[in-house]
Amino acid sequence: MRNKCRNKNLVIGTVLIAFLLGMLLVSFFYLPYPPNKMDSANILAMPSREHLLGTDNFGRDILSRIMKGSWMAFGIGFGAVIIGMTIGVIFGAIAGYFGGWIDELVMRLMDAKMAFPGVILALVMITVFGNGIGNMILALGIMAIPRFCRITRTGFMQIKEMEYIKAAKSRGISDFRIMVFHILPNLSSSLLVTFTLGISSAILSEAGLSFLGLGIQPPHPSWGRMLFEAQSYLLTDPLYAVVPGIMITILVLGFNLLGDGLRDNLDHRMSQREEKS
Amino acid sequence: MRYALRKIATAAVTLLLVSLLTFGVFQILPGNPVEIMLGVDADPLQVEALEQKLQLDRPIVQRYTSWILGALKGDLGDSIRYQMPVGDLLRSSLPVTISLALLSIALTVVLVIPISMYLVKNRNKKSGVFFSSFTQLGVSLPSFWVGILLILLFAVTWNLLPSGDYVPFQEDPMAWLLSLILPSCAITVGTSATVIRYLKNTLLDEMTQDYVRTARSKGLTMNQTLYRHVLKNALLPSLTVLGMIVVDVLGGSVIVENVFNLPGVGRLLTSGVGNRDFPLVQGIVFYLAVTVLLMNLLIDILYTLIDPRIRLEGGQNK
Repeated sequence: MRNKCRNKNLVIGTVLIAFLLGMLLVSFFYLPYPPNKMDSANILAMPSREHLLGTDNFGRDILSRIMKGSWMAFGIGFGAVIIGMTIGVIFGAIAGYFGGWIDELVMRLMDAKMAFPGVILALVMITVFGNGIGNMILALGIMAIPRFCRITRTGFMQIKEMEYIKAAKSRGISDFRIMVFHILPNLSSSLLVTFTLGISSAILSEAGLSFLGLGIQPPHPSWGRMLFEAQSYLLTDPLYAVVPGIMITILVLGFNLLGDGLRDNLDHRMSQREEKS
Repeated sequence: MRYALRKIATAAVTLLLVSLLTFGVFQILPGNPVEIMLGVDADPLQVEALEQKLQLDRPIVQRYTSWILGALKGDLGDSIRYQMPVGDLLRSSLPVTISLALLSIALTVVLVIPISMYLVKNRNKKSGVFFSSFTQLGVSLPSFWVGILLILLFAVTWNLLPSGDYVPFQEDPMAWLLSLILPSCAITVGTSATVIRYLKNTLLDEMTQDYVRTARSKGLTMNQTLYRHVLKNALLPSLTVLGMIVVDVLGGSVIVENVFNLPGVGRLLTSGVGNRDFPLVQGIVFYLAVTVLLMNLLIDILYTLIDPRIRLEGGQNK
């Protein structure tokens, strides 16, 4: 029973992500229309054979913009989480391995970061640095640091007490080598889970910021930004407000399911290992 | 007591770091902040006046201390865009956000307990498994999109509820409630899904405890055991989740207020970001962070008062 559920998360998540990745791949080679091509004769058109999802307030083809928008979603999601993971793992490793006042300082810093609810920290950074794709990735990356920091720290604290680490230390291997080659590889699966879940929250935040008009700037197609524009035309073209939201939800849901599925697998493996020993 | 003191000390250090962060991030700007705020071709007289006002000629440490002392007294300086004290702006928009937050929290609490109980009772049936998967969907839905869909259905199509346009409670309590129903629903979808997932797992963990078997063997029905024993034990850890909800609700209201055109702190903040109104953004962000910190501290301390075991465990670990 439990086994079935576990696979279901993983399977559905993989299917959803594969669907969007497929769309992303296709959009590299083929788009029905140039995503920024305006057509004043065809404004807010309903779906038709020419425009499968209709057109927006500038007469741009919604399907093409949705497809092109997946570049932003995936690019920003992955970019932000890679930055967050790199910094978070370094901080977490140092805090967990050395402990003491460094640990205390890093943890208080993470607490301080966690005190800013939702997208507020990203908002502050955008106020200061201005909006743009690079700043957005950086801001969302910084938001992702604590989760990586915490999980790395806990892992390092547990593993550094193990016999083989003590053995490595007594052989005179440097702290740096122990951290990178002896401890870090053990955390790869739990970091993968965090990575997957991190992407979904980064994408959710990106959509929120772009919706506020503070993220991706026009004319770049972004799903959040499309929702923002669609809001003014709810009466005339409700479909315009529905499609980008569905895409965001599929992407976020896909990565959430994938992450949960991977975590269940990991927990399962852990418990099997414990049973054996 | 020692546990509480340690918690307070930790929170104080975090508060210091939060203030340094909120102050510091506005100092690392390359170039002249006044120029960035007013634009490159601003009137030189205006620039000079603002420079004087922000006291940019003073050393950074002095500026920090005067800012933090002012902030603790409730004086956050003047907003550049509105030419008004940030404190006054906050005071006028705070009631909106507090109303929205309280309504969302109330809605979450009302929804979460019966739904999680239902899911736990039916965990082996098709219906339970089916509805459980909806929590996963709820976590993934962007709150602002839920808001748009709610407007589309309830305001545009069926014309049942207003799509925002806040009415103060003092003017018309009924209109106040109506104007906040859709926004708080938009926030609640996400928060309640998160809490249901958590509470369900806690309930399932509790179900494997020995006392459940004892209760069942002394003749209590499953329902009686669930409501009288399991729920009580599972709600305790959920207190921490209450803190999480408040943070979620505050973060969510920033975006949702913009969907529903509610003149709350969130919209004030976004307009500040859009206008690069540094004192305004700095003040709002600092106060929000302080609220979150104080609330988490309060919950930590409450927790130990209700459940002394935590205190003992905390003492042993250190």
